[in-house]
Amino acid sequence: MLRIRRFEEQCIQLAESKQFSGHYHVYIGQEATAVSVCNALGPEDFVFSTWRNHGHLLARGAAPDRMMAEIFGKATGYAGGKSGTLHMAVGELGVPATSALVGGNLPLATGAALACKRRGSGVSVCFHGDAALEEGAFYEAMILAAVWKVPALFVCENNSIPPAQRKRGQFTSSTLPAAQLADVPQSLQIRTEIVDGADADQLAESFERLVGEVRRGGGPRFVEVRCTRWPGSFPLWPELPDGPWQIAWAFDGKPDRADLALWLEQSDPLTLYVRKLIAAGAVTRSQLEAMDARAKEEMAGAARYAIDSPFPAPDQAYRHVWA
Amino acid sequence: MKISFAEGVAKAIQESLAANPRVLLIGGGIMGLNTAARALLDPVLRDFASRIMVTPISELGLAGAGVGAALAGDRPLVDLSTGSFIFQAFAQVANEAANIHYMTGGQTSVPVTFYSLAGRRGGGAAQHSHATQALLGQVPGLQVLTPGGAEDAYGLLKWALLESRNPSVYLSHPLLFDETAEWIPHDPFLPVGKARIRREGRDVSLIASSIMVPRALAAAETLQRQHGISAEVVDLRTIIPLDRDTVLQSAAKTGRAVIADECHHSYGVAAEIAATLAEKGLASLKAVRRVTMPDVPIPFSAPLEAEITVTAEKIVAGALDAVRAA
Repeated sequence: MLRIRRFEEQCIQLAESKQFSGHYHVYIGQEATAVSVCNALGPEDFVFSTWRNHGHLLARGAAPDRMMAEIFGKATGYAGGKSGTLHMAVGELGVPATSALVGGNLPLATGAALACKRRGSGVSVCFHGDAALEEGAFYEAMILAAVWKVPALFVCENNSIPPAQRKRGQFTSSTLPAAQLADVPQSLQIRTEIVDGADADQLAESFERLVGEVRRGGGPRFVEVRCTRWPGSFPLWPELPDGPWQIAWAFDGKPDRADLALWLEQSDPLTLYVRKLIAAGAVTRSQLEAMDARAKEEMAGAARYAIDSPFPAPDQAYRHVWA
Repeated sequence: MKISFAEGVAKAIQESLAANPRVLLIGGGIMGLNTAARALLDPVLRDFASRIMVTPISELGLAGAGVGAALAGDRPLVDLSTGSFIFQAFAQVANEAANIHYMTGGQTSVPVTFYSLAGRRGGGAAQHSHATQALLGQVPGLQVLTPGGAEDAYGLLKWALLESRNPSVYLSHPLLFDETAEWIPHDPFLPVGKARIRREGRDVSLIASSIMVPRALAAAETLQRQHGISAEVVDLRTIIPLDRDTVLQSAAKTGRAVIADECHHSYGVAAEIAATLAEKGLASLKAVRRVTMPDVPIPFSAPLEAEITVTAEKIVAGALDAVRAA
């Protein structure tokens, strides 16, 4: 979780200093979901992600330096600069293709689950946002997953925003006229569960169990993970309210911004988990600080790697159209 | 031995399923509304029932599931039914399947085959008659297979299912099912990407694919018998890859090119070939004509549909025009 947080903060700082261009999305505030899902998976399993993929990839074991290089469009990135942040994928980690279209990865994940079922091993996990339910692709993928009874786990990270801001027309997503997101797949006989995205322990328990059920042939599952959007992800471009996350905030420190302070208290899976560990005596502040120093150093190294890496030669534009 | 186009399709599916356990059918309509052709496929559907997925009418989902299964190691044939329905699936065909190998920097490949029964079938009206090859030709990363003869119906489909490493759209045609061709078992298959000279000629080149192939051959026959004009018929076989060299060589030989295509006139396959001739073959060219569907939706009423259909007669007229012009 901490590594993902530090990677994303590094990303924001690099974007703000114009080290790379292009729109991007960060995973801050949802870290516990990626970590708990990926902890429950094995090497033969598939993971399908979205434009908000950095956390999923890091949790799956991707190297931060090659990820950052890809975000920069550098030759040393996982796709040699062809995907950028939007479609970042790592085939060798079972992340074969990442779609940056809302709902685009749901049919892909369903098809990979079909392949898993046919070969008798593996499960297919599909991370998607709440807006995916507004696409026809969602409905069609759910029908296929249910009819074919494939080992697919749909992880809906609902990071929707308060209604007041939706009314102003700033974000058109999350405009689904259903009482609960889970009602939609449930109506197609897919078993569902709703989990608190700020509760790392509950997430770990749920996904360990649900991945097991799917793996044993129980058919597809749909999980709505309820996350409250991190204040830094409200603006059109991500920004760090009150700078990077501080360990002190898990103790007695407080950020200046009230919205951030409230979010840390109620909704941040990282802060809440750290507090839980401290309360249980599982970790000391100095151990935390050492861990954090390593994470920061790793991500600073990733940034240096990306900056120092060469851009691809122009003729690379013609490669990989055909396999 | 002679086989029909429909027999070629059924045979390719049967042999591919038998040859590789990773081949599966996502949908098994394939033959459309043609009951005789459906009967050809029935034994295959029976013998391989466990590898034919039950399919709701979810073209987008089915196409995407085919892509997903392909990138996970399977080799699916996705039946997208009537050609116009590919619009329902377009996001997955054009924006996922075609892009994945490129977007991943070559990490992942997607050997999926989309089967699409495209083209004007007669009475299909505006929403069931699209010839989509020109639209699909604008999507780098997609192979667009347009067989115009039975041996290619068989060979191209079998190649797509067993050998291709890229996503393919296989454009079948309901009016080609009864066309026959000589087929020799185990005969080496003309490589994919090579056009086939179906008839040699001296005076004019008729460039065709899919349903235009038998019509161009009929036109060539009429041109010879009634007008003493020797027409060469070039069957493109695939729109992507496109064998520009053979087109240029034929046009250089005859000096005239008539391009017959079932796509609409503007921005079509014929337009692309005409542009190629203009860029690279102008020195030896005397005339180029396009014989295509006018830029109107397809009407239902038979006389209206006949008015806009690309027939052998229209190809003859185009060729005569080209020959008289220069």
